[in-house]
Amino acid sequence: MPRPEQLLHTRVWRGGTDGQFQSYDVPRQESQTVLDVVTWIQRRVDPSLAYRFACRVGMCGSCAMTVNGLPRWTCRTHVARVAPDDRLEIAPLANLPIVRDLVVDMREFFDKWREAKGQFVPTATRHDPIARVCPDSPARRAADAAIQCIGCAVCYASCDVVAWNPKYLGPAALNRAWTLVRDERDGERRQRLSAVVGDAGCHACHTHTLCTERCPMHLSPTTSIAGLKRAAAIAALRGEL
Amino acid sequence: MSPRGEMRVWLAQRATAAVLAVCVTVHLVTLIVAVHGGLSAAAILGRTRGSPGWMTFYAVFVVCAAIHAPLGLRTIAAEWLSWRGRAADAACTAFGIVVLVLGFRAVAAVTL
Amino acid sequence: MIRTDWRNRGHSAYWAFLIHRISGLLLAFFLPLHFLALGQALSGESALDAFLAWTERPLLKLSEIVLVFLLAAHLTGGLRLLSIEFVGWHRESQKALLAVAGGVAAFCALLYALNLA
Repeated sequence: MPRPEQLLHTRVWRGGTDGQFQSYDVPRQESQTVLDVVTWIQRRVDPSLAYRFACRVGMCGSCAMTVNGLPRWTCRTHVARVAPDDRLEIAPLANLPIVRDLVVDMREFFDKWREAKGQFVPTATRHDPIARVCPDSPARRAADAAIQCIGCAVCYASCDVVAWNPKYLGPAALNRAWTLVRDERDGERRQRLSAVVGDAGCHACHTHTLCTERCPMHLSPTTSIAGLKRAAAIAALRGEL
Repeated sequence: MSPRGEMRVWLAQRATAAVLAVCVTVHLVTLIVAVHGGLSAAAILGRTRGSPGWMTFYAVFVVCAAIHAPLGLRTIAAEWLSWRGRAADAACTAFGIVVLVLGFRAVAAVTL
Repeated sequence: MIRTDWRNRGHSAYWAFLIHRISGLLLAFFLPLHFLALGQALSGESALDAFLAWTERPLLKLSEIVLVFLLAAHLTGGLRLLSIEFVGWHRESQKALLAVAGGVAAFCALLYALNLA
């Protein structure tokens, strides 16, 4: 258990892209999360510190930041686990434009979900009976394995391909597309595959697997993207793409 | 290039990779065995000259390498040098042609 | 926008990617040189022998061993990628796959080096 007088040497990014780190000493507390640290600084030291959070329990996906170099959800990241030497460096997520301090502009991230045709396109109407989908079918299992994404952009900020190829849709959008490609009720499988192929899509992935390593929900965008590559290859060989 | 074209590039890269996997395995075994006791032109050419089997093998090897290598360089140019588009594609095609021509010249030199 | 941090890349699959890319890059540029060297045989057996004698220098022998390692590493790393892309990615087997890829590549280079003697 940390002693109450123990201090956490925290460096927090202030300003925009041309900003810099500023140091704060934050009292160490038991079960303290990184989000607790940021909140303490904003409430006790500098109310002008900008950051984003909502649920504080790992559901909403809004509090992701770069913690000691790694993108993480801060509400469920314990200081004890990431700062054994009591040093904490908190920066905004990489690969996204900085609005101010720890807040990034998520527009591009979500725009890419739309570009990847991340919306379900129903084939039935409200007058049809509810579709019966066997939960044990391979397609449904594949979709279920990837469905719990909270849209926190940790994968997007961890991906070097996004940094090297700004058009790249990124792990989250492709993961979302994969859940719909494997959804038997969806009506636009072909159009979706066309939207996610090529060097802005699944074929740009080099299997660094950093998205999968960093995903706080323990999803595997790597698996989803590999699935899209296979689905696209099969569709192409059948002449459907 | 269109997304569909980029997908074909990716497929070509994987298809040649699969063939090259076999070729490189054979090549590695050959060179580890051949190097034993020192390389000599007589030993190399004695194995390859007048052999339709080795000629076909090396011709396939060269063709696949001449596709695989420039496509890999194209990706590296795009990602690490931000060099994309027609000029980059032309440079990679030129590199592929050089590899192909020099490769066939080498195959002819050791098998004919 | 800040760039991805170097600390974020400390993962074995990322190192595998770097080895794959750098070995591919070096092998691509080695290809034309390799073909030019073999083309020496066009001028007869003695021309090729003269070239082979030139490669007997220790530094060139060392770079041959490195090239064998690069080729073997690009092969095993490539097979790993093909298996992920066409068979599937499984969290449990990743470390083992990487270890086998690295081990086989090192073994090939070692065999080559031992056979040089």
